[in-house]
Amino acid sequence: MAASAESIAIPQSDEQRARRDGFADRLFRRIVAGAGIFVLVTLAGVALTTLWGGREAFATFGFKFLASSEWDTVGKQFGALAPVYGTLVTAAIALIIAVPVSFGIALYLTEIAPPWLRTPVASAIELLAGIPSIIYGMWGLFVFVPIMGRYIIPWLNDHVGEWPVIGGLFKGPPLGLGMLTAGIVLAIMIIPFISSVMREVFLTVPTRLKESAYALGSTTWEVAWDIVLPYTRTAVIGGIFLGLGRALGETMAVTFVLGNVHRLSLSLLEPGNSIAATIANEFAEADSEIFRSSLIALAFLLFVVTFIVLAIAKLMLRQMEKKEGK
Amino acid sequence: MSDEARQAVADRLYFRRRIVNGVGLVFATLSTGFGLFWLAWILWTTFYTGISSLNGKLFTMMTPPPGDEGGLLNAFAGSAMICLLAILIGAPIGIAAGTYLAEYAKKSRLGEAIRFFNDILLSAPSIVLGMFVYTVVVKQIGHYSALSGSLALALIVLPVVVRTTDEMLKLVPSAMREAGLSLGVPQWKVTMQVLYRAALPGIVTGVLLALARISGETAPLLFTAFDNQFWSMNVAQPMASVPVVIYKFAMSADAGWKSLAWAGALIVTLFVLALSLLSRAILLRNKVSND
Repeated sequence: MAASAESIAIPQSDEQRARRDGFADRLFRRIVAGAGIFVLVTLAGVALTTLWGGREAFATFGFKFLASSEWDTVGKQFGALAPVYGTLVTAAIALIIAVPVSFGIALYLTEIAPPWLRTPVASAIELLAGIPSIIYGMWGLFVFVPIMGRYIIPWLNDHVGEWPVIGGLFKGPPLGLGMLTAGIVLAIMIIPFISSVMREVFLTVPTRLKESAYALGSTTWEVAWDIVLPYTRTAVIGGIFLGLGRALGETMAVTFVLGNVHRLSLSLLEPGNSIAATIANEFAEADSEIFRSSLIALAFLLFVVTFIVLAIAKLMLRQMEKKEGK
Repeated sequence: MSDEARQAVADRLYFRRRIVNGVGLVFATLSTGFGLFWLAWILWTTFYTGISSLNGKLFTMMTPPPGDEGGLLNAFAGSAMICLLAILIGAPIGIAAGTYLAEYAKKSRLGEAIRFFNDILLSAPSIVLGMFVYTVVVKQIGHYSALSGSLALALIVLPVVVRTTDEMLKLVPSAMREAGLSLGVPQWKVTMQVLYRAALPGIVTGVLLALARISGETAPLLFTAFDNQFWSMNVAQPMASVPVVIYKFAMSADAGWKSLAWAGALIVTLFVLALSLLSRAILLRNKVSND
């Protein structure tokens, strides 16, 4: 601004003021637009720098980085298969538990519970999402892991372990640590995310649809299953993907209860590893350039996978918003 | 088919539907119990174990070497410093970006793209954000520092604040904008002095929620702010923070360290829960007064 000190003090001409305001407006707009673009730059920066940081690992091991489960810090051979496998398996277990439970919670909170109970229970479930992940990790390691090792895993070994096809999944040492434990802890952590999305979209189902079904003699369950769920399908899938994205990237809780062993094993009761846990555990001790680069490459893989999952979630949820005419 | 036979078939079908309904509703109720059960169990463990580890030294002494007694004073101070800086960096950028989305890019393509990617950033794994800051800052400088930890946490603050600011500004009635603009007030002044004032409780809530999210955040700090056994307020150097100290102490075999970890876990949990209740209360009060 070229205005001198005295021209600010005395009343200005309209033209001067218009020029000053126009300038300030353009400046303000540029600043806030810059901040908006900063969000995009950050996300692109995360992808590019992790790709760049992992280039040495990708170049050295090539496709073997994804196909090999060898993780030899001394011999400097790194393959991502074990952590990738662990990430996918724990997230899958989490979804298998969390999806039906979240549906149940959303159904309870929208159709069954007495109205005065709905808000407090919904807030309590959402509190689960507020608890820091390191607390889940400590509780998991000191409280849940011993219970798994003492009671649940021996029981699974004796009973489910003998079943024909899936028996192998449930045979293993009673350590308590392992993929199943991590999957259960992850399930608890993602239940609030999935159930709150489900609850919100269940509330958007037009009352006349539900009442029509009730008037024809439907039961509450039939209304939920045949009216509410089909109506909200895309958003429900979006919510599930949102939970999946959380489960894939969750770090501290998994680090505590997964056991951190670089080994591929069929059994869910064996300790394993995940991408995020591997990085959290080993990054500070990574002593060679290729070791560090392999860990950054892992971070890149994790980012790409969660990006795709979250993008799908977002698109599905947006479709629902459009349907509502927002 | 006789009438009686038809009636019998109808009864069976009706009975079956009632059973399915009953099982479904019991399942839904049990699911809710299942969720609340874990919440109660985790909180109870944290409170019970944490309270028995609480004592005055927690807030007056530094983190001890193994086997010695001590507190978490340097970690509390470090966490406060790191989180405060993260908010100071992340919140203004977030508020500005949210303002852009709500006031200048409501329907534009760029606005839609920013909203879309902001929501992805909101759920992106925090450890990857830490890795990003490590590569861009820590590696270039050559050592860990509290400031780099704040930068990593600021990236978590950013999307939370962007989203709440965007949503809260959209709730401000457009009559306010029009009234301001029709008096000849420039748009930036309308935004700063009218809209921000109207949306203030909402924006504050967003910042509080962001603070709740970062105050228990551990993963990105492991290789940015790192850890420091001693008192340090130098942001260019490694600094202790409560979550990282909890992680280190909980994983150790030392009983004194473990007990300190539980005490720290209790304080962090209380702080986070109090923040989320507070922000919920602000939102609720605001909602009522707007109606």
